[in-house]
Amino acid sequence: MIELLQSLLQWLPESLQVLAIILIKIVVILAPLLVAVAYLTYAERKIIGYMQIRIGPNRVGFFGHSLWGLGQPIADAVKLMFKEIVIPSGADKFLFIVAPMLSMGPALAAWAVIPFGDELILADVNASLLYVLALTSLGVYGVIIAGWASNSKYAFLGAMRSAAQIVSYEIAMGFALVGVLMAAGSINLGEIVQAQSGGFWTWFMVPLAPLFVIYFISGVAETNRAPFDVAEGESEIVAGFHVEYSGITFAVFFLAEYANMILVAMLTALMFMGGWLSPFQGLPVVGDTFLAAPSLIWLLAKASIFLFLFLWFRATFPRYRYDQIMRLGWKVFIPLTIVWLMVVGAVIMAGGIGPWLH
Amino acid sequence: MNLLRSFKSLFLLELLGGMRVTGRYLFKKKFTVQYPEERAPMSPRFRGHHALRRYANGEERCIACKLCEVICPAMAITIELAERDDGTRRTTRYDIDMTKCIYCGFCEEACPVDAIVETRVYEYVGEERGDLLMSKEKLLAMGDKHEQQIAADRAADAPYR
Amino acid sequence: MSFEQILFYVFSSFLVLSAGAVVTLRNPVHSALALVLAFFNSAALWMMLEAEFLAITLVLVYVGAVMVLFLFVVMMLDINIARMREGFAQLLPIGIVVAVLMFGVMYQVYNGDRFAPGDMPVPTPHAADYENTRELGLQLYTTYVFPFELAAVVLLLAIVAAIALTLRRREGTKYQAPEKQVVTRREDRVRLVKVPSEARK
Repeated sequence: MIELLQSLLQWLPESLQVLAIILIKIVVILAPLLVAVAYLTYAERKIIGYMQIRIGPNRVGFFGHSLWGLGQPIADAVKLMFKEIVIPSGADKFLFIVAPMLSMGPALAAWAVIPFGDELILADVNASLLYVLALTSLGVYGVIIAGWASNSKYAFLGAMRSAAQIVSYEIAMGFALVGVLMAAGSINLGEIVQAQSGGFWTWFMVPLAPLFVIYFISGVAETNRAPFDVAEGESEIVAGFHVEYSGITFAVFFLAEYANMILVAMLTALMFMGGWLSPFQGLPVVGDTFLAAPSLIWLLAKASIFLFLFLWFRATFPRYRYDQIMRLGWKVFIPLTIVWLMVVGAVIMAGGIGPWLH
Repeated sequence: MNLLRSFKSLFLLELLGGMRVTGRYLFKKKFTVQYPEERAPMSPRFRGHHALRRYANGEERCIACKLCEVICPAMAITIELAERDDGTRRTTRYDIDMTKCIYCGFCEEACPVDAIVETRVYEYVGEERGDLLMSKEKLLAMGDKHEQQIAADRAADAPYR
Repeated sequence: MSFEQILFYVFSSFLVLSAGAVVTLRNPVHSALALVLAFFNSAALWMMLEAEFLAITLVLVYVGAVMVLFLFVVMMLDINIARMREGFAQLLPIGIVVAVLMFGVMYQVYNGDRFAPGDMPVPTPHAADYENTRELGLQLYTTYVFPFELAAVVLLLAIVAAIALTLRRREGTKYQAPEKQVVTRREDRVRLVKVPSEARK
């Protein structure tokens, strides 16, 4: 594949060839990602609809066929693109426009180090886990700048809530990741996945079960999704930080939120569910068939499970009150993670238990 | 007791119970009615667009008693009357402002001759301001058009009146 | 000029510009955001020195957490810009003194015998599998374990002190206790009392 590209790009100077190949790789990652984001909004409306005994969008299709409403996200995107961007009076114009980009940028940039397979990776950075953690913590800037630049009380309230919430949950998230890197002995995502090979019982979700749950819940909080969506809180502060946004600027916030959801789902799959490793690996009968081979499909299937959970949570749980969110983050998650880190450390010192934590 | 509670909250049992409920509903039969193609059943007492009825011989029923005008809580009905050449009392003007009407059905109840009725028609639009100001001619035309349905609905409801 | 040199000059000029903007911009929120940009550029410079752990930690800790709280505070304070500009002429002499002092110190350091340009050898590039993070960890937990633990204790002390400062109960204020609220059950609040019916007098 790469060789084919290189031969096609022979006419470019040497240094530009490298650049062109990197750009093509970025497009190959981002284009499916954006399609996935669009259809995640569709899946969300459909699944939540089904859980509320409705059927969700089912009219907009292609070429005169309704096709269960599959055209809906594209219709929404086109509509939002052509709508006017209203800039409120008294808003900080520059920051108002920059804020959605600031929330979109980190959401996409984090994908640079996500491995999709043994060799399928854009940038094999040594400290990729830290890189991802750093970039996910930047997403909050879009939210707080949007809230402040809108010159609106509701938006500002949303921004303040979001800032405090994300900073708190980042700590629990970071501790959960410390557990993962202790268990794997590496901060490279590819090596973390490799460390889990052996069978589904050696995936880190088994020995690190509490960290797994805490990481995923913190991920939900970090992406401002229900039941932690106090930054939006449509029933109390209208739409929170993006109340003043319209048209494409609003759509970009939406895209960023969903891209972050996919990112968190992907990371959870990579770090706790063995990434692209097959769940049939190491089993007696199917262990030698094609089912046990690691593949991208397993990774995507695992990420889809977590995406479904995101939507399931939203359909099930009422929003947390702000002080309850803070209590959960600081008084429950952080102590739990610290306790489990000590357990993990002790077990590693003792040389591991059974197949785990060597 | 307290131990059981902390066990429950530590393992998120209540939350999982909630998710089980929504998970079950995911597979339930949906009761969405696909509106333009499918319609929900409608009562014979449905109160939609108004109509003025006629007798079988073509004579309009309304005798301009103005009971409907008086009872109308939204004051949407305007009636003017005059004696017709044959000496009967008839309206010269019978307007219903559909933008004022609240579809309470009082006019229908007040009418001694079942002249003003509310039909099952509910899908009507006005593209201009005057379109929703119903004149006597429009209301009579409405009655002529839906007479069969109107008569059937009155007959179905008759035992309860 | 090699590609790396170009990158260096791009990042360092942005760093100088954004550091200048932190001081010169009128709006405190803009200043804070310029500081974020400055952090980013210095992280990029560290990254070029193969100190990826420090670079990422700078972004993670300073940009991701500290500056968020900074912005939080700066946005909440409604700073009156006009009043701040009034004192400019009075404070100018002090400012000049501070600037001259700073410049002198930096000049001394730069011309001293430890940090002069010639005393800092260009770091030799490492192989691709060299892990800065691992090396740093090894150093911290072997050679420098004592200072490291000492620093940790100081930080822990700071945390405890900060919590102790905020952990005061004011009299006459009502507090919610979510941990009690969530475990409350119907039986705790509702008592069904059987009242015998009485004959009417």
